[in-house]
Amino acid sequence: MSNILALIEISNHGDLEDSTPSLLAAAAKLGTPVAVVVTAPGAGAALVDHLGRLGAAQVYLAQGEQVGTFLVTPQVDALAAAVLAFDPGAILTVNSVEGRDVAARLAARIDAGLVIDAVDLRFEGTNVVATHSVFGGAYTVESTVEGGPTIVTVRQGAIEGQADAVAPVVTTASLGSETGRSAIIDEVIDNVVVSARPGLRGATKVVSGGRGLGSQEKFELVERLADALGAAVGASRAAVDAGFVSQASQVGQTGVTVSPQLYVALGISGAIQHRAGMQTAKTIVAINKDADAPIFDIADFGIVGDVFTVVPQLIEAIESRSKK
Amino acid sequence: MKIVVLMKQVPDTYGERILDPSTGLVDRSGSDAVIDEIDERALEVALSYKDAHKDVEVVVVSMGSTAVTVGLRKGLAMGADSAVHVLDSALAGADVGWTSTVLAAALTTTGFDLVIAGNESTDGGGGVVPAMVAERLGVPHVTYLESVQISDDGVVGERSTGRGKLRVHAALPAVISITERLPEARFPKFKGIMSAKKKPFTVASLGDLGIDPAVTFAGVGRSVVLQTTKRPARASGKKIVDEGNAGVELADFLVAGHLL
Ligand SMILES: Cc1cc2nc3c(=O)[nH]c(=O)nc-3n(C[C@H](O)[C@H](O)[C@H](O)COP(=O)(O)OP(=O)(O)OC[C@H]3O[C@@H](n4cnc5c(N)ncnc54)[C@H](O)[C@@H]3O)c2cc1C
Ligand SMILES: Nc1ncnc2c1ncn2[C@@H]1O[C@H](COP(=O)(O)O)[C@@H](O)[C@H]1O
Repeated sequence: MSNILALIEISNHGDLEDSTPSLLAAAAKLGTPVAVVVTAPGAGAALVDHLGRLGAAQVYLAQGEQVGTFLVTPQVDALAAAVLAFDPGAILTVNSVEGRDVAARLAARIDAGLVIDAVDLRFEGTNVVATHSVFGGAYTVESTVEGGPTIVTVRQGAIEGQADAVAPVVTTASLGSETGRSAIIDEVIDNVVVSARPGLRGATKVVSGGRGLGSQEKFELVERLADALGAAVGASRAAVDAGFVSQASQVGQTGVTVSPQLYVALGISGAIQHRAGMQTAKTIVAINKDADAPIFDIADFGIVGDVFTVVPQLIEAIESRSKK
Repeated sequence: MKIVVLMKQVPDTYGERILDPSTGLVDRSGSDAVIDEIDERALEVALSYKDAHKDVEVVVVSMGSTAVTVGLRKGLAMGADSAVHVLDSALAGADVGWTSTVLAAALTTTGFDLVIAGNESTDGGGGVVPAMVAERLGVPHVTYLESVQISDDGVVGERSTGRGKLRVHAALPAVISITERLPEARFPKFKGIMSAKKKPFTVASLGDLGIDPAVTFAGVGRSVVLQTTKRPARASGKKIVDEGNAGVELADFLVAGHLL
């Protein structure tokens, strides 16, 4: 089995990001998972046991003073060094902002082929074959890399399961201080999520609101229904642009793609770019005043009505059931 | 200062976007080709800096088919000073590796202090070309910027990652990419449309950029599509008009589907 490098993302507080189990599961599908961890000197050792429980047979700890100050380049340098040390069959990163940046610079540096946003992975002979869900799930595409090393960014949480726990072999390396080509991080503005609500990515239920909610104050109705259902909060771009809710909640082509068991669209017209982010949901419910809104074309249960009368009644019905 | 904006032609997202199952490539005849909205916002960042700093030169660069001409002309009409179109039949089906190599070569010929791109294109959606270009040019990159301040010696901005915001800066020359949090682009004015016709418009082949695919891409990994399948379209289900009881009916529907 070949070694598969997996670049582990670490939170601002030094813990493993939620994307880690899925990324290591993806690596284990292909070969022997090698977790590449990039931290300030001394900070990585505490993560080794946890990585082993998630299936990392090897942990490559790359440490350097510049981690946390130089944007992305320490991670690229670390992976480039790990490629030499492990001669991997594939290199995986999370399909996040940082994961894509690292994968991009590394691919250009080592002449690798780059496969983006895989939702599944397998080996066919010596080639890694990646599955993608394209144009909001309208197409399923399989791709591979010819003629050079393979780097894949893996969609957050797309690959389920967990690799078997192991006691990892640890290699420690120090990063050189070559830094000429890096942008500098001046400040980390850590907006710790205080909400107890589930995060949008990977949520099993999502309640989204659109321009039809009318104002930031009235958008609270979306949050109330989300809490009654135990759902994450999403939004259309129009709702984000109007300032009802933060950008991180945007669902759609240029926002988050979700694939929950239940998606509830409140006051959302269902523009093609919004549908691109939610049309693979198992069950879609839509409430809209306009009987001709395109969201109804894909809704399993559509209500032509006013969100401000239907939703409070729905919340009441849910709450009275849970009291029984 | 010279600012180069990277603009990509994509199928209009308001139309149906089609993949050709035999090649796995975007069928560009299936929908209108437009310059990606995000790249127009990137041009707006450059032009608004130029509005305040008259010595700034703005160049728009695109690699793509003949249809790109229209988009680049629009960029000139909005206020860019010159345009470069990389056009070569050998580039059909170029992956991000090829694309970034070609764009980096084009940027070497134009020269640049700052390159501004969109964070991710709406068709490929890779969000990787700008950082790849930066690596090939040996300059810093700051991608996914939600705010940008340009000055003579650098660029400062904020970018969101999954875990919060970072304030970052880079010295010039640098490559940045911006998100749709930045303002929409201006419309071309009549005067701009007229003067666009007189502005320099260069069409460059791979040979003009010193690229011979057989040599440049030898030993370089390339991503290729193996197979494309269209998922069946989603059908609509039950639709009711609220007559005072729809909230309760919806609760019953959710109970029946074990969603409560
Ligand atoms: C390149 C590009 C990328 C884009 N990316 C995205 C994206 O990622 N996500 C996204 O969402 N959009 C995206 N868009 C924007 C998209 O085209 C639409 O403009 C947007 O989705 C509209 O949001 P909306 O449905 O909330 O607003 P509208 O289209 O204005 O719809 C509001 C709806 O609310 C209904 N309504 C009003 N009041 C009530 C009420 N009291 N009760 C019930 N219903 C009510 C109205 O009937 C209407 O249907 C993108 C556009 C472009 C060009
Ligand atoms: N063929 C191209 N021509 C010009 N710019 C491009 C091209 N491909 C990508 N870009 C730039 O890179 C950005 C991100 O593209 P991508 O990595 O494909 O998502 C785009 O918004 C453009 O600014």
